[in-house]
Amino acid sequence: TLTLRTQRHSTTLTKMAGADGDDSLYPIAVLIDELRNEDVQLRLNSIKKLSTIALALGVERTRTELLPFLTDTIYDEDEVLLALAEQLGNFTMLVGGPEYVHCLLPPLESLATVEETVVRDKAVESLRKISQEHSPVDLEVHFEPLVKRLASGDWFTSRTSACGLFSVCYPRVSSTVKAEIRQHFRTLCSDDTPMVRRAAASKLGEFAKVLELDYVKSDIISLFTALASDEQDSVRLLAVEACVSIATLLPQEDLETLVMPTLRQAAEDKSWRVRYMVADKFSELQKAVGPEITKNDLVPAFQNLLKDCEAEVRAAAANKVKEFCENLPEDNREQIIMTHILPCVKELVSDTNQHVKSALASVIMGLSTILGKDNTIEHLLPLFLAQLKDECPEVRLNIISNLDCVNEVIGIRQLSQSLLPAIVELAEDAKWRVRLAIIEYMPLLAGQLGVEFFDEKLNTLCMAWLIDHVYAIREAATCNLMKLVEKFGADWAQNTIVPKVLGMANDPNYLHRMTTLFCINALSDVCGRDITTKQMLPVVLKMSEDQVANVRFNVAKSLQKIGPVLEKITLQNQVKPVLDKLATDKDMDVKYFAHEALSGECLPYEYS
Amino acid sequence: MAAKDGSKMSAAAIAAEKVDGFTRKSVRKAQQRQRRSLSSSQGSSQFRTHGAVPVDLSLSPLPQLMPECVNQQELFTQKLQQCCVLFDFFDSVTDLKSKEVKRATLNELVDYVSTNRGVLVEAAYPDITNMIITNIFRTLPPSDNPDFDPEEDEPTLEASWPHMQLVYEFLLRFLENPDFQPSIAKRYIDQRFVLQLLELFDTEDPRERDFLKTILHRIYGKFLGLRAFIRKQINNIFLRFIYESEHFNGVAELLEILGSIINGFALPLKAEHKQFLMKVLLPLHTAKALVLFHAQLAYCIVQFLEKDPTLTEPVIRGLLKFWPKTCSQKEVMFLGEMEEILDVIEPTQFKKIQEPLFKQISKCVTNPHFQVAERALYLWNNEYILSLIEENIDKILPLMFGSLYRISKEHWNPTIVALVYNVLKTLMEMNGSLFDDLTASYKNDRQRCGTPSRLNNPYPHTLSS
Repeated sequence: TLTLRTQRHSTTLTKMAGADGDDSLYPIAVLIDELRNEDVQLRLNSIKKLSTIALALGVERTRTELLPFLTDTIYDEDEVLLALAEQLGNFTMLVGGPEYVHCLLPPLESLATVEETVVRDKAVESLRKISQEHSPVDLEVHFEPLVKRLASGDWFTSRTSACGLFSVCYPRVSSTVKAEIRQHFRTLCSDDTPMVRRAAASKLGEFAKVLELDYVKSDIISLFTALASDEQDSVRLLAVEACVSIATLLPQEDLETLVMPTLRQAAEDKSWRVRYMVADKFSELQKAVGPEITKNDLVPAFQNLLKDCEAEVRAAAANKVKEFCENLPEDNREQIIMTHILPCVKELVSDTNQHVKSALASVIMGLSTILGKDNTIEHLLPLFLAQLKDECPEVRLNIISNLDCVNEVIGIRQLSQSLLPAIVELAEDAKWRVRLAIIEYMPLLAGQLGVEFFDEKLNTLCMAWLIDHVYAIREAATCNLMKLVEKFGADWAQNTIVPKVLGMANDPNYLHRMTTLFCINALSDVCGRDITTKQMLPVVLKMSEDQVANVRFNVAKSLQKIGPVLEKITLQNQVKPVLDKLATDKDMDVKYFAHEALSGECLPYEYS
Repeated sequence: MAAKDGSKMSAAAIAAEKVDGFTRKSVRKAQQRQRRSLSSSQGSSQFRTHGAVPVDLSLSPLPQLMPECVNQQELFTQKLQQCCVLFDFFDSVTDLKSKEVKRATLNELVDYVSTNRGVLVEAAYPDITNMIITNIFRTLPPSDNPDFDPEEDEPTLEASWPHMQLVYEFLLRFLENPDFQPSIAKRYIDQRFVLQLLELFDTEDPRERDFLKTILHRIYGKFLGLRAFIRKQINNIFLRFIYESEHFNGVAELLEILGSIINGFALPLKAEHKQFLMKVLLPLHTAKALVLFHAQLAYCIVQFLEKDPTLTEPVIRGLLKFWPKTCSQKEVMFLGEMEEILDVIEPTQFKKIQEPLFKQISKCVTNPHFQVAERALYLWNNEYILSLIEENIDKILPLMFGSLYRISKEHWNPTIVALVYNVLKTLMEMNGSLFDDLTASYKNDRQRCGTPSRLNNPYPHTLSS
């Protein structure tokens, strides 16, 4: 029989499973045994199957035996504790339903005080979850006292955990208890340790949402103001996040007096981290405070952020340019953009920091839909063109990847003259990731610029990538060709790319010869039976005599790949003899792939 | 088969990016650095006051300070106020003359407070601290290099260092002046001052951290009322570093200060100090960047154990709990720290932890990473540890024997095999009969399991002869 021993006291707690010699419980006995195995991995496996154990034990024994045992194992490795914290969140039915859900509180309470943040956070998550399953009475009798104990714990970990629990119990308790909860939250907002103040600040918005409006005005605002002027910038910046929720809750007429002084102060905080946060949350803030305040306050604040002395802040603000402009009140949107925002944007185009320019380049094209055709041509186009010539490849790439926005407004032709040198330069960039990125936009560009422009200017590039020295580029180039053929059709393929691809079959470099095969794999389907049979197949078959084994086994693979496109008779008369010959090759890999092809699923039965 | 490169890349580009497309991290980073414009790797947020209106920054030199003359106090104040003007050091062209005036003035002020007696009158304190606060307290700029690797990358240096260095020098001389009176200074050098000073420890500039270290140490020494506060704030910095941000440049410096503070703790140790050891110093071992401050951290731990040997057991159990699972470099550091601890351990304490400890060491000697195995085996070179092992050989030999015996046959690295032989020999000499028993039962076990199983061999690629 198996017994559970705890680390604290080794007295036999109970004979939990297998005690009656009941074989059906044997697997459970093993799981329980593994809960105290020396090997962490086994303990972990067992904890992950905790619900199975509980189910087998039944609700009563789970409550009276398993849970006390688990509460005692809280001194385990963090990994095990994390799994335990997660499991307990789903245990309500296993302890007998909502009536008994409070049994889960003691182990979760201990878990909510451990040092390791992930464990603690998971315990809080589970506590939040099961709080919903408590009846209002149980919430006051069992849950709320737990929150209070955590909130007045000695070590900062329990107090940080408490911060996340106020908002889930507040709405469902009596007004006396509510007052206590508010008091506890207030205390934690001015806690001695910045860790707790940060936790409180990060839950301020969430807590505000469940409070009655009067208390939002009386309690939350003063806490918000205090946290927003905390001595540590890590606390102040969290107040900015809360600002969004609080502003959403308050009626418009109160915003000016209750929220705006703090927000203005945050936008000009001496710490760049706080200003960064304001920039990062700008769209949310804008929506929360409404159009009037946006016009009077946020527009100048946004201008300042775009001109901030720290590049991080400018980049965060630049990221928001499009969203900010989009959400401006429509009646004088154009005027605000043209007189206030655009001048700043113009300066950012020649910013000294590449991250700022690149952030701007990722959104600037979006302005064209907002400003319309004429403004785009007159004011934005020069900026696009300047960014297309930027020294940093990421900036150029960001412009090119957003071309579709402009295309809708003014058509891409306006840009083509500048586009081309930019594309050519990116296509030859020393970083293969940049080359890879531009290849991915080729099909889009080809579609927008049209077949003539493409043949004339871009075709050469697409072919050059096929012999790039990085495999990832050659592979992407192959795939690119397939997409181009999908766009321009098989006739175009036959005249422009197929001859070039097949020409590479005679290249002295075996990697290039293999590229021919890879291209054929990709193209046979879109080019259709005719081209495949008449032009591609002969080349593939001839390559079966290549002196490099890698080429020969790729011939076998290619034949398997293009098989479904070919006619049965072709397979029988031309393909099979070649595969048969390859199947007797002296190289074992060639033999292997030839056999694979001969027995391949996609080949007709005549093959085998 | 080498693939011939047929691409049309320029020779330079190929050189920069090797055929496999991957460049070494250091090369890549050097290129990034070059590309981060030519502004050099200097940063500062000092002078860029938000929404600053252009002001006249020109300074004109004041007469020389002469301690014996009248009105020197007034001139001293004027000079201090003059030094509150901040300059843009990114712009190397403007204000050259005024920058030079400030530099000369600061130099003069440093001399003035370090060589003269009687110059620190009470009225000067506010101006002195104000000048210091204006010049050094600032929000540190964002790092130029978001994935700054202190081991490999050059730190971003403070651009305004030519002035800032002198201000730090001045602060130090001010604190060290024989006339310095903490009772007056505490009105200015208060909790807020200390908090801002501590935040500066995050600077990437090692020169600045070095000054900060000495200055904080002086403040800790002279201001008794601030000691508890300083310790608490350092706690908070460390806890944030461990559990929230994993980023703080000044951990090593702060630990160095703590090392000397711990030395002075009174016995019996206060609960606060023990909590600091168990809940802050031990978890610091989990940090990814442990290598940057491990020496200082181990020193602090050993200081604690020398103060109060009864802490040995919880400390060693704590280290075993945080023992690195995948990082060999850290494992070597842990073994080093363990040796430092064993060097000062009391035999009674040793008995309490020998079992879990030697289970871990036994795992370490079988580590396929030869540096870990080697570091663990080096413990046997330590005379004191050897004497502890000898005293407890009945307990330790059974824990170690299986691993050592197996490794002596199976480790891929010849140095390790040679070391293991020596260790086995030493152990055999300590208790020959136990050694023979263990050998016999080990061989028995293996025979019962049939031929040496491949499953037991941690190095399946080793060819056994």
